[in-house]
Amino acid sequence: MPLMIYIVPGTCDYCGCCVGVCPEDAIELLESDIRIIDERCTNCRKCVWACPWEVIEFHREGISHLPKELSLPQEAPPSF
Amino acid sequence: MTATIEMKERYDVIVVGAGPAGSTAARYAAAGGASVLLLEKDRDVGYPVRCGEAVSHEGVIQFIEPDDRWIAARCTRFRLISPSGKSVVPRLDGLAYVLERRIFDYELAKLAVKEGAEVVTKAYVYDLVRENGGVKGVRAIIKDRKVEIYGRVIIGADGVESRVGKWAGIDTTTHIRDMESCAQMTLSGIEVEQEVLQFYFGERVAPGGYLWVFPKGTDSANVGIGISVELAKEKSAVRYLEEFVQARYPRAAILTRIAGGVPCAKTCDEIVKNNVMLVGDAAHQVNPVSGGGIISGMIGGMIAGQVAAEAVASNDLGHLVEYEKRWHKRLGWRHEVFYRIKEAISEFSDDTLNRVCESGLKLPEEKRTVGGIFRTALWNQPSMLLDVARVFVS
Repeated sequence: MPLMIYIVPGTCDYCGCCVGVCPEDAIELLESDIRIIDERCTNCRKCVWACPWEVIEFHREGISHLPKELSLPQEAPPSF
Repeated sequence: MTATIEMKERYDVIVVGAGPAGSTAARYAAAGGASVLLLEKDRDVGYPVRCGEAVSHEGVIQFIEPDDRWIAARCTRFRLISPSGKSVVPRLDGLAYVLERRIFDYELAKLAVKEGAEVVTKAYVYDLVRENGGVKGVRAIIKDRKVEIYGRVIIGADGVESRVGKWAGIDTTTHIRDMESCAQMTLSGIEVEQEVLQFYFGERVAPGGYLWVFPKGTDSANVGIGISVELAKEKSAVRYLEEFVQARYPRAAILTRIAGGVPCAKTCDEIVKNNVMLVGDAAHQVNPVSGGGIISGMIGGMIAGQVAAEAVASNDLGHLVEYEKRWHKRLGWRHEVFYRIKEAISEFSDDTLNRVCESGLKLPEEKRTVGGIFRTALWNQPSMLLDVARVFVS
């Protein structure tokens, strides 16, 4: 089954509410990184409902065409 | 030069997570003579704060002497605001504190260190070490390096997002009915009622939960919301909170803005399995009615730490099951009763909540406690009376 759960890059607050309701242990959460483990995810949508920030989305058509990384504007030169 | 982290390969007890429950577990395990390693995935202990930060004086003094450095406000009353906007102000049995968790959590970790525990931050535990069918330690990423650390007892204090239990074969998944999806802000530049913990109820304000306003000094407050995930499918916690703040405190400066989750369930069916123990939110050691989990998590942590040290000292890991017994005798049974009350309260319509408020207002001042109000409100549900009496009388 293709993954249909999408976390909008750069928007997660890393609170863990989604991990707490995930019945498949399919979410990896670090201090400032989050990832759906697609081989475990069953697209049950509990994480989508749980997210207090509304940044986890369900895409019936799959998520392969959606950006995986946050695209940032070109890095500014360092200043001191 | 990169500083190296001094760490042994082997400990009696490894605690995963340095929140109040984890630090307290580490403290009591170390005090009982065990060698203890406390691992925290974030770079700071106590930060970010995902919490309403209110605790009772009675709860805190079991563990630490109250200190103005981590007390933002002292409260003596509740204000319960019904869906119709009427409010009743029951007194508190005793004093409540609104904490500065980022300092409070630090102090709790320091108490663990004082007993001899070692602490490593920015240490992400991603799995358990398994050998010969048993759990022998944890796998972690520390300073971008994968390491294996051996421990005789593993205590999972890894919060609402707990995975330690799952890896050990304990089901810690929270049903969406019981998970409170939370959003919280620290507001400043506002007028806020002093010495009062405010709670707003109602389907339109906070379905399946409540919204809180807790003072933090004269011009600031911790304002937050928890709503049942089952009722949050169409509209998220942050949207409810933003609407409230915009209407009630339109000119507030928002100093912090954070998400969270609270497992408002009964304690997990298993909180110890072989040599793995769970404490705090990871074990669902949360008052299911209030969502309060700081003190109950610390009590769980204390018992787990003590039992772990006893098991290590007597070289009998079978003794760890004692944790489950002591927890249920101390607090677990109460949470089961609270859970039944929560199930009853969650069925309350806005009309019923309004009536609860009205009946509270009719109570004489001396009987106007939260317990008194709900006792009166639940009078018409005889099956609940015995449960309620057991909770509020004991």
